[in-house]
Amino acid sequence: MADILVYALHYEGAFNKNSLGAISEASKLAGEAGGSAHAVVVGEGISDELAATLGEYGAGKVFKAEGPEGLAQPVVDVMAKVMGDEGIDYAVFGGGLLGFEVGAGLAARLQAGVTMEVTNVLVEDGKLVAERPILGDSSISQSRYKTKGIIIGRLNAFELKAGGSAAEVVSVTAEPSAQAAQASIVSRGEQRGADVDIEGAGTLIAGGRGLGNAEGFDLLQTLAEAFGGSTAVAATRAVVDAGWYPYAGQIGQTGKTVAPKLYLAAGISGAIQHKVGMQSSENIVAINKDANAPIFEFSDLGIVGDLNKIVPKLAEAIAAKRA
Amino acid sequence: MKICVLVKEVPDAAVTKRIDPSTGRMDRSGEKNLNPYDTHAIEAAMQLKEGGEVEVEEIVAVSMGPASAVRALHKAVSLGADRSVHLSDDALAGSDVAATGYALASAIKAESPDLVLLGQQSDDGECYTIGAVVAEHLGMPSLTQVVKMDVEGSGVKCERQAEYGYDTVQVTFPAVISVGDAINEPRYPSLKAIMGAKKKPLETKSVGDASIDVSMVGADGSQVQCGEFKAPPQKAAGQIIEDEDTNETVEKIVAWLDERKLI
Repeated sequence: MADILVYALHYEGAFNKNSLGAISEASKLAGEAGGSAHAVVVGEGISDELAATLGEYGAGKVFKAEGPEGLAQPVVDVMAKVMGDEGIDYAVFGGGLLGFEVGAGLAARLQAGVTMEVTNVLVEDGKLVAERPILGDSSISQSRYKTKGIIIGRLNAFELKAGGSAAEVVSVTAEPSAQAAQASIVSRGEQRGADVDIEGAGTLIAGGRGLGNAEGFDLLQTLAEAFGGSTAVAATRAVVDAGWYPYAGQIGQTGKTVAPKLYLAAGISGAIQHKVGMQSSENIVAINKDANAPIFEFSDLGIVGDLNKIVPKLAEAIAAKRA
Repeated sequence: MKICVLVKEVPDAAVTKRIDPSTGRMDRSGEKNLNPYDTHAIEAAMQLKEGGEVEVEEIVAVSMGPASAVRALHKAVSLGADRSVHLSDDALAGSDVAATGYALASAIKAESPDLVLLGQQSDDGECYTIGAVVAEHLGMPSLTQVVKMDVEGSGVKCERQAEYGYDTVQVTFPAVISVGDAINEPRYPSLKAIMGAKKKPLETKSVGDASIDVSMVGADGSQVQCGEFKAPPQKAAGQIIEDEDTNETVEKIVAWLDERKLI
């Protein structure tokens, strides 16, 4: 019997969408394997009512523990205890940052196998088999686990399905590990930079490190104005971390997931963490001076060239076309 | 304080990576280099040493890999590490992420570092997990994708981007921190440093030297069995324009967009 435990990431009264998708996926898999899916919640004063809502996505039981939010080690402590006490051999995580930190630590604690960036999970003879794309998504590899398996999903890999009923909430207390006491949150969820709305845009002009500096975004703003209508400017994590563009406009693993009609990427190499946030866009156009940039492998139109030469002229031409 | 920096030898970015069908492992022959993400970890260690907030006695580069991994360690030393430890043993071949993290932690234990730094991911395996595995085996807290570190007394204040924005976390030493590539701009090694790198102490350790339980490493000791590689559904290749005459390029882009009613 394959029971599965899922970590549900909580922030300010709501659960992470990728966590909810992981619960739905685990519920489906556990059903096929003749087991149940359960969830773990760690936080400060999360109500039983809120925890019970995870049942709607497929959790049988919700194991709820008091502890700091936003840190991996306290979650590892709770999940290791629950998996030990309940005899659960598999854990599934939705895409994101904290999930892989918890998952990797849990694998080490339990001497389990761990696979990340998983896009699909199968059940084979009552056991879970994880599939992950490798080598820049050019091949898919299957992972099988000798005993215990930790499966960490890629962002948006697992589809969220609602429709279940409230789950039974079980309070748990785990002995904190010594290292858990060595880290504490000073502040969480700081929004850096202006509040830009990229989720509702029909056209997104996105910039990456290839812009060279923060002023490169002026070029992209001009291009966005030329397109007019519902057009916004977005960015990769690297340039947001560098302070060139606000966090609210970031695409990818720890940012937004978008699917506009047109996604125009300027100076973006196309790393997996970025790709997962924009690959559902209807039309992808990429401008990059490196002909080997991975983004050309999933763009509909690729331009190999200097964006500083191309973007200003493109803005002029589009403005003229619309005039 | 003593800092260990974990480094890895990876296939050069320009080399096409492939799986060896006979072993099911990545074909690691061909041109190799120091994982570019690791240079940020070495630079972070150097900036702590030069910054003056804390006294750094030693920076030790640690790597696990075949004989050729020595080159990555030489590069790490040329960028500032004082000496290096090379964990190398046939028994380690085929180790998965969890087994590799266990083996590295075993090699690091003898060094008793106050801080273990590493890059946020490897350029080849696309994994960001090794730091958390190493930390768990060392009984240390871990934090990944850190873009700012401020050492204050017995700990370090770290900033990183997580699911809901930027988090600031206070971590007490000893700790394992994986740094994001925005944390710094790595320096280029001087010619003198490159020439001198081979003269710095390099210790090679076997699994026995590092007290590694061989039943927990290598292909047989790994908990994950990988195999059955298959091709994913491929999206039809897009059109590529090489920009030679920019006016002409822009005309083509506008026509392409216009055809799809995207303007």
